[in-house]
Amino acid sequence: MSQKRLLAWLLPMLAALLMAGQALSADLQTLVTNLVTGGYSERDDAITALAASGEARAAPILQALGAGQLYVRSSDKLVVIGKGEGKAVQLTDALTGKPAGTATEDDLDRVKVNNRLRGTIDAAMGALTLMNPDPAVRRNAANSLFTRSDASALEALDKALAAEKDDGIKRVMMQARAAIVLASDAPDDKKIEAIGIVRDRGDADSLGVLQTVIASAKGPVKDAAVAAADSVRQSLKAWEAAQNVWYGISLGSVLLLAAIGLAITFGTMGVINMAHGEMVMLGAYSTFIVQQVLRAAAPGLMEASVVIALPVAFLVSGAVGVLIERTIIRFLYGRSLDTLLATWGLSLVLQQAVRSIFGPTNREVSSPTWMSGSFHVGQIDVTYGRLWIVIFALAVFALLILLLRKTPLGLYMRAVTQNRPMASAMGIRTPRVDALTFGLGSGIAGLAGVALSQIDNVSPNLGQGYIIDSFMVVVFGGVGNLFGTLVGATALGIVNKFLEPYAGAVLGKILVLVFIILFIQRRPRGLFALKGRAVE
Amino acid sequence: MAFAFLTISTGLSVENDKESGMKLGSMIRTGLVAAGFLTAAATGASAEDTIKVGILHSLSGTMAISETTLKDVMLMLIDEQNKKGGLLGKKLEAVVVDPASNWPLFAEKARELLQKDKVAAVFGCWTSVSRKSVLPVFEELNGLLFYPVQYEGQESQKNVFYTGAAPNQQAIPAVDYLMSKDGGEVKRWVLAGTDYVYPRTTNKILEAYLKQKGVKQEDIMINYTPFGHSDWQSIVAEIKKFGSAGKKTAVVSTINGDANVPFYKELANQGIKAKDIPVVAFSVGEEELAGIDTKPLVGHLAAWNYFESIKTPANEEFIKKWHEFTKKPNRTTNDPMEAHYIGFNMWVEAVKKAGTTDPSKVIPALVGVKVPNLTGGISEMLPDHHITKPVFIGEIEGNGQFDVVWKTKDLVPGVAWSPILDDSKNLIADWTPPISCGNYDTVAKKCIGSGK
Repeated sequence: MSQKRLLAWLLPMLAALLMAGQALSADLQTLVTNLVTGGYSERDDAITALAASGEARAAPILQALGAGQLYVRSSDKLVVIGKGEGKAVQLTDALTGKPAGTATEDDLDRVKVNNRLRGTIDAAMGALTLMNPDPAVRRNAANSLFTRSDASALEALDKALAAEKDDGIKRVMMQARAAIVLASDAPDDKKIEAIGIVRDRGDADSLGVLQTVIASAKGPVKDAAVAAADSVRQSLKAWEAAQNVWYGISLGSVLLLAAIGLAITFGTMGVINMAHGEMVMLGAYSTFIVQQVLRAAAPGLMEASVVIALPVAFLVSGAVGVLIERTIIRFLYGRSLDTLLATWGLSLVLQQAVRSIFGPTNREVSSPTWMSGSFHVGQIDVTYGRLWIVIFALAVFALLILLLRKTPLGLYMRAVTQNRPMASAMGIRTPRVDALTFGLGSGIAGLAGVALSQIDNVSPNLGQGYIIDSFMVVVFGGVGNLFGTLVGATALGIVNKFLEPYAGAVLGKILVLVFIILFIQRRPRGLFALKGRAVE
Repeated sequence: MAFAFLTISTGLSVENDKESGMKLGSMIRTGLVAAGFLTAAATGASAEDTIKVGILHSLSGTMAISETTLKDVMLMLIDEQNKKGGLLGKKLEAVVVDPASNWPLFAEKARELLQKDKVAAVFGCWTSVSRKSVLPVFEELNGLLFYPVQYEGQESQKNVFYTGAAPNQQAIPAVDYLMSKDGGEVKRWVLAGTDYVYPRTTNKILEAYLKQKGVKQEDIMINYTPFGHSDWQSIVAEIKKFGSAGKKTAVVSTINGDANVPFYKELANQGIKAKDIPVVAFSVGEEELAGIDTKPLVGHLAAWNYFESIKTPANEEFIKKWHEFTKKPNRTTNDPMEAHYIGFNMWVEAVKKAGTTDPSKVIPALVGVKVPNLTGGISEMLPDHHITKPVFIGEIEGNGQFDVVWKTKDLVPGVAWSPILDDSKNLIADWTPPISCGNYDTVAKKCIGSGK
């Protein structure tokens, strides 16, 4: 009998719970329906409502919406989250998280957002993901709350702070809390304490927060904020100088890659090769072709496409270089004006040939994931792509020095550079060395093209942007001297980057050119000139 | 002329005849010469049965990336018109020249089209500097130029019809959108442009407009870079710094050509997302996006009067015909192509109205012509030689297309002389009588430029 009573008591309870459960999911249903219907303004309100609802599904739904992965299936109006593209989009039911089959993109209507909505989603996700098991997500959430100083997130933030174990993330959360305190009506002493925490963070975002405080505060709080802003500005200035040095090094590495091939051909053979830029361009197009081939035949190797493209570009540009030397340059030795004209005409021919084959528009070369994004060193932003290019330039340089110092070909090249008739008299086959030198110089230009395809656009005009800079570096650093090229490229890169913030890009370039002209007047041979009796 | 040659050559051959004594050879020679000239005259006569249309777009050099597609769309439009029976009973013939992104060569090629080929109308130019260098040629030879690209305004010439956007049809609405709630209520502005006349003049207008709206000088940062500038690290870092002063910042970009690709790549690499600092560009369309990985750029904006993604029956048909004509199902369409579509159809209407291709009659006939555009509206040619266009703001999507996030309710009439700048606020352009002037001062009531 007590069992019956228990059941009599339990069943209605269960029924009530079930109904409540259904009502809850009816709530979620309404919230999601509001999310996918209406214009941008209604969607804005719906996002805030969904975030505040406390539903467990709110976070994944909002994240999908922000990433452009929330769809409404045309056939039954089911709201789904879709992963993938094109013909095979994997669907999960947005409300329950259960798989819902696959569909093609045409069957799905994407729920659209604009920039303002993405901002709202970000703020909402910040509060929702503070307790996420992934530390990177928690750190992102805390950072976005810092920049938004959203008072409504204070409760969630305090709860997360209490539960946080990681010291680094805890510090970011404290900073976010401080920013929120500053935006609220807290007493002065609490605000001054918060200013201290924000100042210690020391980056551009904290400067932004402090400036908002200065604009609205009075008395001791304002004084503290002004002092803190000044100290942050000082430290940021120092970091900026370091950042400019980094930018200069990275620009210098690009110049080095483009110019080092020219240093070899110009240095060894005295040949002014105006088609050098096109060798770089051919290297970039080789990267494009390698990517196309891999995309069709072996998509799994796409991440290594840049590495695979290196020998291909070297061989392609090197082969074209040897061909040019054998067919055109060989007949024009000693006639530097004629070589200049002939190679200039050749550069136009190569450009138009590539334009006719590939079309005049830019071709897309994608960067592998290990070359995208950036990381922080103190307050400096270092992009992975540029870092790899610096490392690559130094590696190429080192290999070249090795080639010149330790291999027989290098020995012959050095001999021919220093004293051609004597080298010939010693039995060195100078025409063969010339062809191989030209091929080597062009091949390295091809390698430069692979690197440039990651940061510049791949078009037939790619080479034109680098030919003048390459000549500048070679002339400035000293013809024929590799170390001169290294120093010249780095120096020009750093000078250019320090001038840019003050003089602007156009005037900066002009000033660098004028500086080189004046420098050449004093030292016509460049920084590190080759010495020797036979050097004319 | 043929007769003169005939007599001279006969005379010459007779003289040679006396010297060499070969009468038969000389007769054969004259016979051949005569036959040659007759055929030339015959083909010349049949060539006069077509109406020639000149296409003046760069097919090589830095602007080839943008202008080649305009040459192709003109060929398609001429082909379509010929299928409909041509114009005034004659077939249209396209005369394509390549000024190779070389601005003085534009003037030479324009002269060649007007004098040697005797074209009835020219569709061409892209950069403002190329347009400025052909203006004197069109004025001198009384030609007819349809210019399809958005530009900086401050110009209205009798022989030119501007089917691209004036600043009040692109730049000003874009700034209005960014200042609105939907655009993010932007308070700090970076005006970044390539260093030549279009960005300089547009930024002058925008700076004056922003100041009129109450934006302070320290909240505006202006920056110019050379064509093809590829190292954007410092400038993007500057933008980031400028944008972290606590107020919502946006970049208004008049960067042209190749420099856009490394600019957007650097933005993506330095982690500047569209929701933090949006970039609205005036010279980036579907064609320019085809060469970039657009996933990191989602959310950045462009302002145009046409997007390929706008779904109307006219646009879908145009795109279908375009893919059939070029035999490439992936080729994109963009705003300047629509401008040529509108300009060409207006020219055809005006020629039919005037009954002749003579520019002196077609130019007055063009004012008031109405043709449908590709986005569901009707474009009208105004007395200042500009047209009415709708304005769309689109966000970049992951697949290189644009998603329209805002548009004007009605079509906006193009205004040649900006009412915001002091030296042009009293000027209007009106080529209909009685004013008939490109820069007429409404306060002093006289024409200060070349009229009539």
